[in-house]
Amino acid sequence: MEYTEKHVLALKELLYKMADDQLILGHRNSEWTGLGPILEEDIAFSSMAQDKIGQAQALYEILHELGEGEPDTVAFMRNAEQFHCCHLVEIPIGEYDFSLLRHFLFDRAEQIRFDMLAQSSFEPLAQVARKFRGEIKYHVMHADVWVKQLGKGGAESHGRMQETLSSCFPMALGIFEPGPYEAELIESGIFPGELALRNKWIEAIRPVIESAGLHLPDQFDDTSAYGGRYGSHTEYLQPLLDEMTEVFRIDPAAEW
Amino acid sequence: MIIQSLDPRVTRARIDQEKEFQPLDQLDQFETYEVFHQKKRGQQHTHVGIVHAPNAELAMVFAKEQYSRRGQCVNLWVVRTRDVFVTEYEDADIFENTPAKLHREAESYKVMDRIQAYKERQEA
Repeated sequence: MEYTEKHVLALKELLYKMADDQLILGHRNSEWTGLGPILEEDIAFSSMAQDKIGQAQALYEILHELGEGEPDTVAFMRNAEQFHCCHLVEIPIGEYDFSLLRHFLFDRAEQIRFDMLAQSSFEPLAQVARKFRGEIKYHVMHADVWVKQLGKGGAESHGRMQETLSSCFPMALGIFEPGPYEAELIESGIFPGELALRNKWIEAIRPVIESAGLHLPDQFDDTSAYGGRYGSHTEYLQPLLDEMTEVFRIDPAAEW
Repeated sequence: MIIQSLDPRVTRARIDQEKEFQPLDQLDQFETYEVFHQKKRGQQHTHVGIVHAPNAELAMVFAKEQYSRRGQCVNLWVVRTRDVFVTEYEDADIFENTPAKLHREAESYKVMDRIQAYKERQEA
């Protein structure tokens, strides 16, 4: 189908929020490098953080082809209010239970989003979605195994997992904050929309959570973590951007 | 005093400079799993190393990142190290062949390996 101007705006908005989520979460997770609980996990978590940056880059490339700035410029030269990421990815890494559950909740959503996008009417995006399928499958495998392991661990482990799940679940719902162009995305066949994604996500995570001996909070309409898709962020995003872009800003034209 | 470093991760970890670190207890870690990978379907699995893990599922998750990331891989095995039945080095004399039976040493297999490797290089 021929896209209208509004469809293109909708597409760009979708790409920005996906890429920004991946870039910011990739950066956050990379903060564990060298500090992971054991060497093997340190390597695995760092490697997945790197995957996230690669996924973000692929989406920024598509945006560039649609007339937006160079990927590096877009990634490193914007201020917090120009980012479209959700609050969940901005929060500092905290303790490992939080970082793991965030990784689980986010990547489970990511996997379904990419599955949906593999059928997108916008072929370049469908191709990227198919390309990263295996990578994300591993991320989900890693997250599921850990959630089960720690959920079924000793009393302290189980208690911390449940407490952290309960506190970060409302934040995870912020992933699905409807954007300004949901109707356009759906009618153009680009993407079936955030609400459809959220419902599939709940269906997908519930059995894993339950098999880990944990339970999902039952409030699915919590909007307390909304705002990120419209440029309103937590206090944690700008300091992250300052750190992430520090070297780039010294000499934006440097060859690497 | 908290350690301040040029590496923001170190600063963020808030490590106490005065704190004395206790040595770890012996064996205060996960047990090991032996990892075998297969480059192509049909080929033999080859031992590539170990990972520390609390169970086989996590061992597999770790093995994937540790050992399949840098090269081609289609399949992985992990086996708990203590499930591998091993000979003792002090019994290594059981492997010694008497000079009269050198014909048993299947040296030609090594030639086959080299021929195989050559063929693969030609195909690549």
